Amino acid sequence: MSLTLDDVRRIARLARLDVSAAEVDTTRDQLNGILSFIEQLQSVDTTGIEPMAHAVDVVQRLRPDVATEPDRREAFQAIAPETEAGLYLVPKVIE
Amino acid sequence: MINSSLKELSAALARKKTSAVELATLFLDRIEKLNPSLNAFVTTDREKALAMARVADASGKVGAGDTPLAGIPLAHKDIFMTSGWRTTCGSKMLSNFIAPYDATVVEKFKVAGMVTLGKLNMDEFAMGSSNETSFYGPVKNPWDTARVPGGSSGGSAAAVAARLAPAATGTDTGGSIRQPAALCGLTGLKPTYGVVSRYGMIAFASSLDQGGPMAKSAEDCALLLNTMAGFDPRDSTSLERPAEDYARDLEKPLQGLRIGLPKEFFGEGMDADVRAAVEAALAEYRKLGATMVEVNLPNSGLSVPAYYVIAPAEASSNLSRFDGVRYGHRAPDYADLDDMYSKSRAQGFGEEVKRRILIGTYVLSHGYYDAYYLQAQKIRRLIANDFVAAFKSCDVIMGPTAPSVAFRFGDKSADPVQMYLSDIYTIAVNLAGLPGMSIPCGFGNADMPVGLQIVGPWFGEAKMLNIAHRYQLVTDWHIRQPGGLP
Repeated sequence: MSLTLDDVRRIARLARLDVSAAEVDTTRDQLNGILSFIEQLQSVDTTGIEPMAHAVDVVQRLRPDVATEPDRREAFQAIAPETEAGLYLVPKVIE
Repeated sequence: MINSSLKELSAALARKKTSAVELATLFLDRIEKLNPSLNAFVTTDREKALAMARVADASGKVGAGDTPLAGIPLAHKDIFMTSGWRTTCGSKMLSNFIAPYDATVVEKFKVAGMVTLGKLNMDEFAMGSSNETSFYGPVKNPWDTARVPGGSSGGSAAAVAARLAPAATGTDTGGSIRQPAALCGLTGLKPTYGVVSRYGMIAFASSLDQGGPMAKSAEDCALLLNTMAGFDPRDSTSLERPAEDYARDLEKPLQGLRIGLPKEFFGEGMDADVRAAVEAALAEYRKLGATMVEVNLPNSGLSVPAYYVIAPAEASSNLSRFDGVRYGHRAPDYADLDDMYSKSRAQGFGEEVKRRILIGTYVLSHGYYDAYYLQAQKIRRLIANDFVAAFKSCDVIMGPTAPSVAFRFGDKSADPVQMYLSDIYTIAVNLAGLPGMSIPCGFGNADMPVGLQIVGPWFGEAKMLNIAHRYQLVTDWHIRQPGGLP
């Protein structure tokens, strides 16, 4: 299958990536090139094959429920684009 | 000194023939002189490096038995968080990002007394095979500056090849240690998934990413891996295994070794010059007592397309953290929160990263998940099963690391799929989580280095290093260095 310009805009919206009107055609062509390359996977018979999510079978470890991380708010916020009173600032979402 | 092995440097330090400060200065001076033409380093900091060297000299770690690497300088791929240093991951997104903590790998080398020379250039977020996707400009191959160093750990490879650092760290998601090692004439090892901690290693595709050493020889890689490897509770996929001495078997004779040759790795697609060098290496292994066994990896041809579903899917999820809120680039102008996300990400990421995020978002989206992502994971199982079957009749698998020697800038950058095929021999190893390495095995077209790939069963690192080391005792490809450099 191949993507339309609307598909590209929809995916870009899902990915929160601004794709400008000037880029959308090229983006569609490149994505379609990649998709047609991965299309060959469809013809493989995988009936009864267990999907492999990870290279090694490990189970999620549990640890005692005690705090291990010190409070480093200042250090982490020092590299943030915009903070105030220990909070990260973003544009207003509720009027 | 610039050509010395880590063992030689360690001995020189122990005998007080040199000091950590003297070694750091030697390499920092070379970086200052040669980096402008190679672009291997994104960041250097003489003061920080010399301060670490002074600490090493005063620490009592130099020359001590349990810290054999103390006082020796190294450089880190800019994907590893280094506290107080700018850590860019090759991206504009992180051009002003000062890491607030150390990656476990960085911390381990620090504790071992090694001295950080700087941060190495790479393809943006490790997505690329030529270093052409770096926001900081491509790294040049020291063997021919019109050619790519490979990627994504191209800065690591170029720095060690040009003797700007005795050793470097790299990461490998689909070949990013092995392919640049091959293209720059180095020894590079991607360990079994889970052996080296991923904590503080900026995530690309979490089920595939693995850090490893890049150096001049297998012996150097063994010493580096001894420090790098180990269980880390801060990485949920780190494996709890007893510590290993990866250098323990280096000298073992290879009599009786069974080398598996997958016919899929020796078919069409490999350039004649690469084939000639690889076959000459195999002949050398026969002389060392190895026998060749034909094996089959019937599904390996599906590894590149399967990877380009799985890796972008994981990347689209991992890179969602870059939203311009807590760190990284934020667009200067935007209408609302959503617009701020979309613009910050569009401005902060380069073309290849955006392509992969979009592909990943698509294959994970409603209605396509089963057809693409789940199907790719099932094929991943088939690929891994092929290796399990092959290792029943051989101890290691050998073949080419890359289908050609280093190509010229621009040769493959216009067509993403052509670029993806540079990793045709390396990607299956990541999908299966196996250890893989590349060692120099000769020269091909235009006198560019060729790499021999060695793939082992899970946790076969010590054996692979032994196999590589014995070859390096009887050949000198690994000590050749680029001409034209001082």
